[in-house]
Order: sequence, then structure tokens, then C-alpha cells
Amino acid sequence: MNTFLQLLVNGLGKGAVFALLALGFVIIFKATEVVNFAHGSLVLFGGYLVVVTHEALGWVGASLVGVVGAGLIGLLLERLLLSRSRNASPDSLALLTIGVDVIITEEIVRRLGVTVPFLGEAWDAKPFQLGGITLFRTHVVALLVATVLITAFTLAFKYSDWGVAMRAQAENREAAALMGIRSSRVTATAWLVAGLLAGVAVLFIATQDFSGAGLSRGTHSIALAAFPAAILGGLDSTAGAVVGGIVVGVVEALSAQYISFDFSKSAVFLVMLVVLVVRPSGLFGTRESTRV
Amino acid sequence: MSETAVKSPEVVSAQGSLPKRPLRWVRLAAWVALLVVLLALPLYLDAAWLKAGQYMMIGAVGAIGLTLLVGQAGQLSLAHAFFLLAGATGYTVLAGPTDDPRVTGLGLSPELALIGAVVLSAVLGLAFAPVAGRLRGIYLGVASLSLVFLGLYLGQSAEKLTGGTSTGRAPAQFSLFGFPFGNGGPQIEILGVPLRQAERGWYLFLALTIIAFVVATGAVKGRVGRSWRAVRDNEAAASVMGVSVTRAKAGAFAVSSAYAGLAGAMTVLWFDILKPDESEYGTYGINISIAFLAMVIIGGLGSVPGAVVGALIVNGLPQVLSLYSADLGWFTGTGGGALSPVLVSSFVYGAAIILVVLFEPGGLAAIGRRITARTTRKEEQER
Repeated sequence: MNTFLQLLVNGLGKGAVFALLALGFVIIFKATEVVNFAHGSLVLFGGYLVVVTHEALGWVGASLVGVVGAGLIGLLLERLLLSRSRNASPDSLALLTIGVDVIITEEIVRRLGVTVPFLGEAWDAKPFQLGGITLFRTHVVALLVATVLITAFTLAFKYSDWGVAMRAQAENREAAALMGIRSSRVTATAWLVAGLLAGVAVLFIATQDFSGAGLSRGTHSIALAAFPAAILGGLDSTAGAVVGGIVVGVVEALSAQYISFDFSKSAVFLVMLVVLVVRPSGLFGTRESTRV
Repeated sequence: MSETAVKSPEVVSAQGSLPKRPLRWVRLAAWVALLVVLLALPLYLDAAWLKAGQYMMIGAVGAIGLTLLVGQAGQLSLAHAFFLLAGATGYTVLAGPTDDPRVTGLGLSPELALIGAVVLSAVLGLAFAPVAGRLRGIYLGVASLSLVFLGLYLGQSAEKLTGGTSTGRAPAQFSLFGFPFGNGGPQIEILGVPLRQAERGWYLFLALTIIAFVVATGAVKGRVGRSWRAVRDNEAAASVMGVSVTRAKAGAFAVSSAYAGLAGAMTVLWFDILKPDESEYGTYGINISIAFLAMVIIGGLGSVPGAVVGALIVNGLPQVLSLYSADLGWFTGTGGGALSPVLVSSFVYGAAIILVVLFEPGGLAAIGRRITARTTRKEEQER
């Protein structure tokens, strides 16, 4: 029972990080209907900035640079590439992000070379006991940070002008534009926010407690696991992203323990597959209907 | 996929149907010339270049399959690497020796094993079709990605079939009715050039690629291709017109998987070893799925010749670069941080995807079509 509880807690901690990443997918999808295949490379980019500036700025400064940098590169991508092809369909823009992802990822992996630096210096690998359960600080801090950020986002989404504009645009792009909502601004901020969230997530992913590995190509593939999280929750549902993230985290933790570590990566995708067969647009996603 | 989808070739040729007669002969002559060149190349190139050419043909076969699925039938798939692995494993197991205690083998003759591998991949594709049929667009893309992860796991755990990640297993050498595609067997010379492994392999791969090409263009031009495009453009309208949407989608998935399976069997013959991946970035990993998608996008979604050209770029570039770099002294750095031919070609095809989506959604195929359209117009003016 204790193992199970332990796994559940670990899964929750990891799930919180996946939720941050999945939320990034969902925000971009809601604003633009584009699926961002370059999300993994935003994660790597943020992490790489932390590594580069770490010596000069210390952990706090470097982390700030990393998070902001990841946000800015997201914004830059949107401004330089996506906003220029207004007439392209969202699907072909998704393909475009694959090209972006290949370039950024390969370059950063090349720059990292053989070094695999750990990023979560402030909390990494300092477990503490609580009633027979070992808690990893990475997971606890991740859970707290994710809760704060996701709550803040949800509130902003509901009450701020930006949130209203965003929801209006998600509902009907044209009508929103006619009502005076500046769609390019909404789109740009969506990419910015998604990038910021990716930058926060990498501080947890590239730690010993999360993956056992530092910043490397593996970080990118962990970020890929946020894909099933976003999809199984429903690509256009922010609540779905949170649920999806937690499901992915828990499934991964449980299957790694009870089946095998190798299987845990595919277990996540298989769970997503099962969900999709039952509900083709995810647990909370809006069903697409065809009009004839 | 609808907006990136290319206009079907029929539409284009219908527009320029008047001056088509002379052009058809020109086109036929061009194909024959190309074939002659391809047949003659082994007499002039050395083994390393022939090997590079074979690798491009692997890409061409796989890309043709994917372009049918993504471009013609409008189903996004990232599962191509999985079917590559299925074909590779299928061939190796079917043709493997029966008396090896470490791994399973059925001892079939290589030509039967090759066909078996293709059929097996098609069946696996069909098995995924019920899932594929329910999903659309990006949802399908990510769902199909799960097959790659499943393949990674099965490759690691089914050691009896794959030989395991540490050692892998050797495939049976290919032979056709007893004629080996290695250095042994009867000695054949053409124009003083002995046909050894590299030359024989070239002809084998060329034959497979030509079959793949001809079958695909036939499918695109025929009834099957029309039903795929109808489903791609509007499922509801297609079913009203009497196309069975489920069957068309499942068919496209099976055909595309069969192509990937053939490419997989070619891959294992090319490497001369079946070695499953240790991480998701290996011979049968996500990066390979993405590379195939890149070929298809660069070539112009749905265009069979485009897919072949895309394959020449994506699979050819690292090969050609590494062959040239030895002479030119490029890429001399080693270890972390060094530029490698693979890395450089990743940059190139990444950039190519971006440029194609931004400036020419029809890909190279559309550019080619524009050039032919221009020459036809010139001919018209000259007359």
C-alpha cells in the first residue's frame, strides 16, 4: 500500500509538470488551432539558456533568463513564421513547427555535446520523509508551482481582458475580429505564455528526481509525453490539460513500477489511444461536427 | 490537410489537355533516359556511392507510401517508423534460420520472406485502421505516434524476434531464385565491371523502387486514388457519392504500411543487421517518422514523384555529404559539438519544411508542375 501511495505521489509531482506543458499546447491550440510540435524544442531552449547563464547569474537569475527566454522564443516563432502565413491551414502550420523543432533541437543538442547538466539545483535530489513516504523535493515544488501557475492562468482566462479576448477568439475567430479584438495580439500572447510555461517545466524535467538525467535529447522526448496529456484531455480544454497531465504522470509512475520501466513510455501513449478510441476528441475536448 | 493538399494531377493535365500530345512523347523519352542512366550508374560509380544511392531508394519507397496516406487520403501519420520496424523484423524472422536457439526463424526463402514482410506490415496497418478511422488530423498524428513507442518497447522486449538492443541479429542475405545478392554465386561482368554486392544490391533496390513507383502512380490515377481524395476533401460528401469512407481510409493505411514494411526490409538488408532502438531516436524512431514526413512535405503532399525527390534530399544529403566530406576535409571535428553530415542535413530539411509551408505549400511537385506548364505554353506559342 505504501509503495502505491508513494507512486501516486510521485506520479502527481510528475503530472504537474506534464500539465504545465500540456497547458502550453492547449493555449496555442485554442488561440490558433495550431498544434505546436516545436514545444519540446522550446523546453530545450529554456533549459539551455539556464545552463549558459548559470555561472554568471547564479541559479535564480539563470532560471529567470531561461523562463523568459523560452517565452520570447515562442513569441518570436509566432511573429516571424506563423503570423506571416495567414492563409495556410492550421494543419500545415503544425507541419511547419515540425521543421522548427528539428532545427532548434538539433542545434541545442549539438551545443550541449556530451554534457548533461542538471537544472533544479535548488531542490534536486533532496528527498524528505513524511509518514513512511519519501517525498522528492522536485515533485513537491513542481506541484506547488504548477498549482499556483495553473490557478493564476485559469483566473486570468476567466476574468482578465486578455482571457476574454482569448475565449472570444477561440469561439469564433472572425466574429472576435469584427468585435474589435486584435487577433494577432491574442495569438502572440498565447505563444508567449506557452513558452513561459515550457521554460518553467524544464527546471523540473532536467533533474535527478524527475528523469534521472540532465538536460539532453531525453528532455525533448519527455516533453513529447505532454502530447498524450494534451490530447487525452482534449486539445481545446484547459481543464483537460490538467487532468491529462496528471493521468500521464500517474500512469507512467505506476506502469514503471508494476510492469517495467521500458514499458512506461508506451503505456502513456496506449492509455491515450484507449481514451481516443472511446472519445475521439479527448476527455473534455469539443466534439467536431460536420455540416453537410 | 486540405489546403496543403495538391490539386490532383488530373485537374492539372485537363487544363493543358490540348498541347499534351507532343509533351507525352517528351515525357516518355525523359523517363526512358532516366531509366537508362539509373541502369548504367553501377558501371561507373564505386561501391560507396552505390550504397548511398540504395539508401535514397529506401527513403523513396517509404516516402511514396506516406505520400499516398498523408497527401492523397489526408490522414496524418507519424507511425511510419513502426511499420519500418515491422517490415524489417518480418523479413528477418521469416527468412531466419530455424536452428538458432537464440532467435526465432522460419527458414523461408528470402523472396517469400520479403513478400511476407510486406503483407505482415499491411495487416498491421489494417489492424490500426479502426483507430485511424475514428480520428482526424492532429489527433490521428499523435495517436499514430503511440505505435512508434510501442515498437520501441517491443523491439527491446521481444528479443526472440529482434535479437535485442545490445547485439541485434543478422538478416538472411537476399537471393532471388537462388541468385545471391552478395559477393558469392556466379560471376557476372558487364563491360568489364564485375557485378558484386554493391552493384547487385543497386539493381535489386532499383527494381523494388520502380515497382513501388509504378503501383503508386497507378493507384493515384485510378479509382482507388479518386476515392482517397474524395475522402480527404470531404468525408460526408464522399460517402454521399457512394465511397465507403471506412474502407478507403483503412485501405490507404494498409497500403502505406505495406510500403513502409518494404522500406523496412530494405533497411535491414542495407544495414545487414536488424538492431532495435535503445531510445526513441534510433533507426526506427520518431526522428525517422519525422524525416519521412519531411520528404513528403518537401515533395508536395500527395505527389508520388515529389516524394521520391524529397527522399533524395532528406536521405541523400547525409550520405552525399559524408562521402564528399572525406575528400574536402569537412566535418573533421568529432565528439560533442561537432557538425556532422547528419546534423547538417537535419538543418537543411528542417529549413526546407519551413520554406515549403511558407512559400509553396504544393512543395517541389508544384514547382515542377509550374515549370512544365511554362514549357507547354512556350510550345504553344512556337506553333
